[in-house]
Amino acid sequence: MKNLTVAKALDMMQKKEISARELIDAAFARIDEIDGEVKAFMTLTHDKAVAAASVIDARRSNGEELGQLAGIPMALKDNLCTKGILTTCSSKILHNFIPPYDAAVVELLRDAGAIMAGKTNMDEFAMGSSTENSGFFTTRNPWDTERVPGGSSGGSAASVAAGEVLFALGSDTGGSIRQPAAFCGVVGLKPTYGRVSRYGLVAFASSLDQIGPLTRDIRDCALVMNIIAAQDIRDTTSADIETPDYTACLDGNVKGMKIGVPREYFAEGIDPRVKESVNKAIELLVSMGAEADEISLPHTEYGIPAYYLIAPAEASSNLARYDGVQYGLRVEADNLIEMYRKTRSQGFGPEVKRRIMLGTYALSSGYYDAYYLKALKVRTLIKQDFGHAFSRYDVIITPTTPGVAFPAGAVEDPLTMYMNDVCTIAANLAGLPALSMPCGSIDGLPVGLQLLGKPFAESTVLRVAYAYEQNSGLELKIPNTPPKEVRFNGQI
Amino acid sequence: MKITREEVAHVARLARLEMTQDEMEQHTEQLNAILEYAGKLDSVDTKDIAPTAHVLPLKNVFRSDKIRPCLAREDALANAPKSEEGMFRVPRVID
Repeated sequence: MKNLTVAKALDMMQKKEISARELIDAAFARIDEIDGEVKAFMTLTHDKAVAAASVIDARRSNGEELGQLAGIPMALKDNLCTKGILTTCSSKILHNFIPPYDAAVVELLRDAGAIMAGKTNMDEFAMGSSTENSGFFTTRNPWDTERVPGGSSGGSAASVAAGEVLFALGSDTGGSIRQPAAFCGVVGLKPTYGRVSRYGLVAFASSLDQIGPLTRDIRDCALVMNIIAAQDIRDTTSADIETPDYTACLDGNVKGMKIGVPREYFAEGIDPRVKESVNKAIELLVSMGAEADEISLPHTEYGIPAYYLIAPAEASSNLARYDGVQYGLRVEADNLIEMYRKTRSQGFGPEVKRRIMLGTYALSSGYYDAYYLKALKVRTLIKQDFGHAFSRYDVIITPTTPGVAFPAGAVEDPLTMYMNDVCTIAANLAGLPALSMPCGSIDGLPVGLQLLGKPFAESTVLRVAYAYEQNSGLELKIPNTPPKEVRFNGQI
Repeated sequence: MKITREEVAHVARLARLEMTQDEMEQHTEQLNAILEYAGKLDSVDTKDIAPTAHVLPLKNVFRSDKIRPCLAREDALANAPKSEEGMFRVPRVID
């Protein structure tokens, strides 16, 4: 598992050098070895996985045609509905929820033959940047288990980084795929809003949420996107745009590509060593024939305040459904309203309550115009900034996070935690595709580079990312057990 | 102070959340810090700017009016904390 990628494992299975059964056994052996320390998983689905692997092996030996990801062990964030398998969103209010249906991406991955090893831990309802807001336990960063893996898809990122699975899916509302990808030294893509069906993704902020892959390299990201990017009539916002073969653009050619480098993303508050890492990556791309210019996205600084009104507003509405009636926790009371209040108060954790309160306030009579409507107008300006930039540039490159993974327990103030999303939030507000990939290390901890593209131009983003990856000389190793003794070895 | 304790209590009622005195204090303090930060938006000129609730240029999305399979009643009720006669059971609403 330690040296494998999806592409390599597929090749080995094709050549009968390894079976799907051996691969899933290796995945669970690695999980046994390391998950006690990393704690990436909420739920493991060992027996189902082994059975599915055996079916694939049998079909292969019968010469049957198999799906494009047949036999690949993977993990799903615990906010993706899996029929008959616990789906908690890492919330006590859904501690016993067993969905009666599969999310669209779950169906697509199963049809492609991917094998789920389990469901991964997350910040409760995807609200957080460290996975410390899980209602159950905290996941640790495989590169240094004293540190957080990022969030909210922290379990998914950690499971890939630790070599427990070959890829995972996460969800990204304000950076929840890219920030943990950066902290854990893996690749994470938030696709264009509408590229991947949200059917069966437990809703947080519906105009911002998007599902995407966390993988070890760019080719794997393209391989997973080839499966999950598809229109779905059950999500009316899923786009009626044909899915290209995302591996077709992986040719290493960036000649003449125009890169915009927004100065606002290299401002105060970003660790100078992160800036240096990202700048070196840009220099490398320029040396390969790309052109880079400094640009301005003037409304950048308003991203966080706009997001932290819009996302909680949508969340306060989406989370109204947790009332103890249809599923999940119920705290009995004499009357309906009391039942709602007791159930919600005991079921939701502090951050979720904070956002429900903030969102309810921002939408409440008398404050709607001042907060929510104002934020929506600023969202327009942020989107326009990108529109202008993308009329001249093919991709925009920034750091993914202001710094590297921080120690668990180090960030207590909510507003300070929100600042972690400073580089990632705009892509959600504008609906753009954005990818994080490793570009170096600081004191043994991974640094993330972010590439943003035009709507539905995932191929362009992947092209540049692949060219960089192939030429960066970065070798990302998987931490050995026990992970505490090992550090990230990536160097430019 | 942008939001008072009384307003926090009112919002908690709207959101169907119960809070202890301590929680109320904490929420008041934290919401004020966040709202103060959000006040940054006041300095942006948004005159004549249309709001963006949604990034895609979609209006109404239609599909054909065909009957498709849906959840069986027992599956829909399987997660219910309480159900009876094929329905969700809740505490008495009307006296």
